[in-house]
Amino acid sequence: MVAQNIVFGILAVVMVAAAFRLVTTQNVVRAALFLAVVLAGAAGLYILLAAEFVAWVQVLVYIGAVVVLLLFGVMLTRAPIGREGDLDNDQRLLGALVALFLLGALGAVLLDAFGDQKVGTINIRRTAEVSDSLFGTYVIPFEVVSILLLAALVGAVALARRD
Amino acid sequence: MFALELPYWQLTIIKTVIVLSIIPAGAVILGYVFLLKMMAHMQSRMGPMEPGGFHGWFQLIGDGIKFIQKEDIIPAQADRRVFALAPLVVLISTFLLYVVVPAGPRLVVQDLDVGIFYALAVSSLGVIGVLMAGWASANKYALLGSLRAAGQLIAYELPLVLAVVGVVIQANTMSLQGIVHAQADGAIFGISWIGNPFILTQIVGFGVFLAAAQAELTQTPFDMPVAESELVAGFMTEYSGFRFLFFFMAEFGTAFALSAIAATLYFGGWYQPFFETGILADILGPVVLGIKVMLIAFLIFWIRFTFPRFREDQLQAFAWKFLIPISLVNIMATAVFKVVL
Repeated sequence: MVAQNIVFGILAVVMVAAAFRLVTTQNVVRAALFLAVVLAGAAGLYILLAAEFVAWVQVLVYIGAVVVLLLFGVMLTRAPIGREGDLDNDQRLLGALVALFLLGALGAVLLDAFGDQKVGTINIRRTAEVSDSLFGTYVIPFEVVSILLLAALVGAVALARRD
Repeated sequence: MFALELPYWQLTIIKTVIVLSIIPAGAVILGYVFLLKMMAHMQSRMGPMEPGGFHGWFQLIGDGIKFIQKEDIIPAQADRRVFALAPLVVLISTFLLYVVVPAGPRLVVQDLDVGIFYALAVSSLGVIGVLMAGWASANKYALLGSLRAAGQLIAYELPLVLAVVGVVIQANTMSLQGIVHAQADGAIFGISWIGNPFILTQIVGFGVFLAAAQAELTQTPFDMPVAESELVAGFMTEYSGFRFLFFFMAEFGTAFALSAIAATLYFGGWYQPFFETGILADILGPVVLGIKVMLIAFLIFWIRFTFPRFREDQLQAFAWKFLIPISLVNIMATAVFKVVL
């Protein structure tokens, strides 16, 4: 348990620092790279919670696909090296308010759900169990999500066609 | 037998050192045998034959030493930190690949439950390093090269994953060690002496995997990202010295790792029919795996030295209109046979 707490501390510090630099940096590409660090930290948290499969899905989908596509799009259009002046705007106060509200809401939900209850030992969920529940208990929501993604895909093709 | 019990941190250090030494060793072996010797003989241009005596075997090691002592040049307009970090990101992606590849019943860094899925996930991290390198170089050829690399790696990630699904269905597991055992325990029409290597039933999947691996490694005919006649050296244009050496090691180290994964998925990995457990299986395992790796790497490099470069649109059409449909059909067929048989 001690080792887990130490690793959690390191991950938390790295994630908060990267998230802070993500919003304060004056360069779009660097912001995307800091986003990759934050997402990798989230994958690390999943591993600490013994959710191996979710962790590697996080790496494959969010870092391997989303961040890469983001970088790809930014570099195809406009990505100068060095500081860009116009990345900040005057919404700081509003942004701080939203962040505070989110912190309060998440904290309230966590306190309401768990209170001072101890989590105890974490059971390792084997990948086979995850797939059993995904294709057994939750098969209908799973199929609904597939249809939704298919519709989004067809919509994207329809929007991108010229003829 | 062995009664050697080490604490966890000592084991971790030993495993890390072994993997860290396998990457340059694998890269040097592939670079020497295939790049320097096989290509030289196939194309009748011998190159250095003197260093070290036999066939100039010392040339590549000499090159490595030369790279290390060169000046570390960073272009004046470059984003210095991103430029310096990019080769490390690519090398770390290669390093992480080796974690799950088994070389014997007990010779594996960590046999993960999601083994092959993990390998595909970490292999996709290298793209970020390539994009970082191309962007931070402040060079239009480098940026063009890294954009081509990203477009290509995104397109060929999909057939790579889909090709593996057939093996996973047949083996009932994603663990690489489990896939080796599934092949070792199988039988071909009741003959169980050599097990049932999945190449026999998954030959379509193997073809798709090999083509997609070739593209992931940006080897000719898929080498647009580093096309030397158009883009100087693509995303590596501004790199020199040990940072270039990192890219070189990562390229050939990844070729070695992907060959080992292909050998494990389709050729039974470390398994030989004589010893399934015990110390002899652990000793013979790396040798057997090494032979299979060299055979698959031979195929990859043979294609590299034989075919001309694709055009960019041909490359995308090949992935989306040929490899992906064919691997989807392969998954369907495998699933049907799995249920029927």
